[in-house]
Amino acid sequence: MTFIIVLLIAIVLLIIFAISIYNSLVGLRNQVKNAWSQIDVQLKRRHDLIPNLIETVKGYMNHERATLENITNARSKAVSAQGVSEKAKAEAQLTEAMGKFNLVVENYPDLKANQNFLALQEELTSTENKISFSRQNYNDQVLFFNNKIQMFPSNIVANSFNFKQEVFFEVEDKAERAVPKVSFS
Amino acid sequence: MWELIKSNQRKSIFLFLGMAITLVLLGYFIGSTFSPDGGGLFGVSIAIIIWTVLSIISLTAGSSLILSISKAQEVTPAVHQQLFNIVEEMKIASNLPAMPKVYIINTEAMNAFATGKNPSNSAVAVTAGLLSKLNRDELQGVIAHEISHILNRDTRFITYAAVMLGSIVIISQIFLRGMFYSGSGRRYGSKSKGGGQAQIIFLVIAILFAILAPIMARLLYFALSRKREYLADASAARLTRYPEGLASALEKISECTDELPSANKVTAAMYIANPLKKKGMKLSDLTSTHPPISERIKILRGMMHGVNYSDYQKAFSTIKRSSSQIIPASGLSDNSAIPLRESSEQLKEQQSAIDEKRKMGNIMMAVNNYSLLTCICGLKIKIPPAFGTNKPEIICPKCGNINKLELAGRI
Repeated sequence: MTFIIVLLIAIVLLIIFAISIYNSLVGLRNQVKNAWSQIDVQLKRRHDLIPNLIETVKGYMNHERATLENITNARSKAVSAQGVSEKAKAEAQLTEAMGKFNLVVENYPDLKANQNFLALQEELTSTENKISFSRQNYNDQVLFFNNKIQMFPSNIVANSFNFKQEVFFEVEDKAERAVPKVSFS
Repeated sequence: MWELIKSNQRKSIFLFLGMAITLVLLGYFIGSTFSPDGGGLFGVSIAIIIWTVLSIISLTAGSSLILSISKAQEVTPAVHQQLFNIVEEMKIASNLPAMPKVYIINTEAMNAFATGKNPSNSAVAVTAGLLSKLNRDELQGVIAHEISHILNRDTRFITYAAVMLGSIVIISQIFLRGMFYSGSGRRYGSKSKGGGQAQIIFLVIAILFAILAPIMARLLYFALSRKREYLADASAARLTRYPEGLASALEKISECTDELPSANKVTAAMYIANPLKKKGMKLSDLTSTHPPISERIKILRGMMHGVNYSDYQKAFSTIKRSSSQIIPASGLSDNSAIPLRESSEQLKEQQSAIDEKRKMGNIMMAVNNYSLLTCICGLKIKIPPAFGTNKPEIICPKCGNINKLELAGRI
């Protein structure tokens, strides 16, 4: 009799334990999804900032038509891009165009003294940072989730309820990783 | 992350329990002086009630209390957009559920602290001096350190501990003053002649304990806060991917001589660097709320290969030459290499400075008839004109490959 009671208590405890693991797995998976949507929010912020920037610098940079057009084109491509790989490609192009723009700005002391422009540039720097930090956070969340799926005892629950490992966000395009360099040769 | 927070709490719980036991003993001894049987328990319950009431008050109003003691003012994004941007960046990187409130303390001293009962209700405060003297990367390091305190639940824990310390101080002060003013000996002597012996012993113990308890509680409190600074530094390095930012910020903070007038011994534990430091004072003693700042800088700069918790632990062991575990084991289990980020501003400057020098050097060498030879390893060897007269070949200094001099061309 006592044996059966002990067994029942053990089973109930095990079930409660499994439920708590299941819940924490669901929570982690939602964190991963949330982190992914954060990246999109920041990318959209960058798209919204660019027309402002172009409007502010237009008067100063008559000789840099090509650079500015480059940014505008990259932006419109990025806005209309569909699908993950196409989006990543367009965003990488936009990042590259912005990098070139930042280098060109160094040649315009008037522009660098403009309060409006300085505020905008801080916004842009911050947005670029937020994009990379939200990617970093996404990868962190994926790491926690994947660790939980692989580690004992949560791996048993994960396997029986078919939790799949998530994929890390890698920057495929080399251009986005490398800081644009000027060559003097 | 959760495992890290939990084991961090488990470790601190011993120090916390030490303070709790001090509080209970204090209550017991004081209670016993009034009546040897039953008075002790009564004293304990009074002490616990005082602590509970103060804890409830501090949880509901603690943050605003600390902020107002420190003379911090809440600001809007319009006041300092960059500060808000950096806080938001770190909020994103740390996956904090809500944006912390941002406060500025109007003083030339350089310091910062965080407070809040949980990650959804938190605040960070920085001094005006910090804002004016740090660059963007450094400020980011400081904010990352503060957000780490919120994330690791240090802010709540330190509030509890501070309240416990406060209760102990209050109770012993009341007791000691009461003894002094009422002239205790006369009262006890006249009331009971039989049990007087035991009561006098309790009285002596109680007075001794009332004097010693606040000191003990303070030491425990400081030990508690010292431990947590290292972990917050490690988390900050991991969040920003750039330990040099925090390191050079700490360096600037340690060089700053302005004192923070609004800080006291209890709130000092909440700041990023001890606000009460005197120039030239050794900070590694028992009464310090923070680890020595020079050591923290060295550890951060020792993180050469990555910014994960295991890298911080490695740098800590090398620099302190101790094997003590500063990061809980669960934080070290994740060994994946996380590379360092490069500084946004310095990198640009450094690169263009190097390019500039190289360009000038090349011009000088071309004028002096040097020849250029590119080895298979990619190294560009610049050869002076007199070199080839006695030897037909040159050994690459990088890979050791032998290159024929006749292949060399003009720069």
